[in-house]
Amino acid sequence: MRRASWSLSAALAVAIAAFPAAAEPASAPSAQRQAELANLLDHDCGSCHGLTRRGGLGPALTAVALADRDDDFLADTILHGRHGTPMPPWNGELTRADVRWLVDRLRGR
Amino acid sequence: MNLRAITICALAAAAALAPLRAAAAEAPDRIARGSGDLGIVVERAAGRVVVVETSTPSRLYAIDGLGDLSHASAVFSRDQRYAYLFGRDGGLSKLDLLRGALVKRVIQAGNSIGGAISQDGRVVAVSNYEPGGVRLFDAETLAPLGEIAATAADGKRSKVVGLVDAPDDRLVFALYDAGEIWSADIADPRAPKVLRYRDIGRLPYDGMITPDGRHYVAGLFGEDGAALLDLWRPEAGVRRILGGYGRGEEPLPVYKMPHLAGWASAGDLGFLPAVGRHEVLLVSLSDWREMGRIAVHGQPVFAVARPDGRQVWVNFAHPNNDVVQVIDVPTRSVAATLRPGRAVLHMEFTPRGERVWLSVRDADRVDVYDTRRLVRTASIPAEKPSGIFFTARSARLGY
Repeated sequence: MRRASWSLSAALAVAIAAFPAAAEPASAPSAQRQAELANLLDHDCGSCHGLTRRGGLGPALTAVALADRDDDFLADTILHGRHGTPMPPWNGELTRADVRWLVDRLRGR
Repeated sequence: MNLRAITICALAAAAALAPLRAAAAEAPDRIARGSGDLGIVVERAAGRVVVVETSTPSRLYAIDGLGDLSHASAVFSRDQRYAYLFGRDGGLSKLDLLRGALVKRVIQAGNSIGGAISQDGRVVAVSNYEPGGVRLFDAETLAPLGEIAATAADGKRSKVVGLVDAPDDRLVFALYDAGEIWSADIADPRAPKVLRYRDIGRLPYDGMITPDGRHYVAGLFGEDGAALLDLWRPEAGVRRILGGYGRGEEPLPVYKMPHLAGWASAGDLGFLPAVGRHEVLLVSLSDWREMGRIAVHGQPVFAVARPDGRQVWVNFAHPNNDVVQVIDVPTRSVAATLRPGRAVLHMEFTPRGERVWLSVRDADRVDVYDTRRLVRTASIPAEKPSGIFFTARSARLGY
């Protein structure tokens, strides 16, 4: 049953990818969504990358550590994961607008 | 004894007690208690630890200024008075649970993941990601004693995971990047003697030791299965167990690394979280063969046995981390599904298991459940709680 709900998430992700204009708000996430994303970044991303993002089992994600990575690379990594590493894809529950907000946050923008 | 003698005795006793009463008034009850029902709750975002007491249950003291406590864990001194707390930022803190105070804190590395205390309680060991290795400290003073650099066959230092103490003055741990298990004799902590086992499998993510201290198991992230070392037969080497438990299925993405630290062993069965699957794996503790699987609500993070082994409690990775399931061991089935709240991060049983404490991070609460009736009996406020550690761990190998 859980697998079924994962399939649903995957299907949603596909739907979002296929119809980005319809499925995603062009504007920044709402204040409530921003709070959820900040919590996700601190605690869920933080479980591998550290609460202060100085790294753990996963690499450091400080603004300095990410300086030579462009925004698209970071967004793709968050959405699709990194094959061959424990980094999972988050496209089942994050929109591109969410990811843009997260990348800005990582950059300290 | 005549009346006069009794009176004199009583007077003498009163005189002897007087200064004690005065001292007690200045330091009310903080010291005059045992520590067997104490523990700590980590408030990781606040860099704070709350000293708790499980009999009432209640919060006793808060200890601040402990740095980055993401993934923080703790071990206890053998007298159960002191906790040694391992922070992500390399901080090693010694806490006095009776006084509710920080005794000493050292920053011993750039990035660390956990630790252990030696069998004799004299050495505290910390496993580090940066620089990869294990550092050894005097449990009394936190003075540095020695280091085991986790330099693998390729010459690079590896992140160290799954550090546990083992009988006969040993520590055992795994090298995440290098895929090795090391067993170190620290009888002389200034000159540890290390046995290395190579090619044990890809990306060991955590390790545990069986309650009898005989078998060390490292879970593998890079492939299905686990690596087993029999510490009674070190010459036999490491062997693979549970190989290919995924049977070629594509694993689900993993949103939180499972832990083996609380790896459950109940009777002759071990229970471990399946990586990337909604399953708990059952393994025979006599021949280490897979004995079945139990379908669960999400990807398990911890599978922890109640001390008597009758139940195994399981929590889950994001996004299913609002649920806790209770496995009934005799029937090997899920007996209850509880919904304490969002982000249940950790579970800790009272020493004899009549209660279990759950940290419910997003609700800023620690919930206490009656494990027989499966109902909540108390809640304790805590700011974004993560790890919960009770002093009874001090008497257990591998904790």
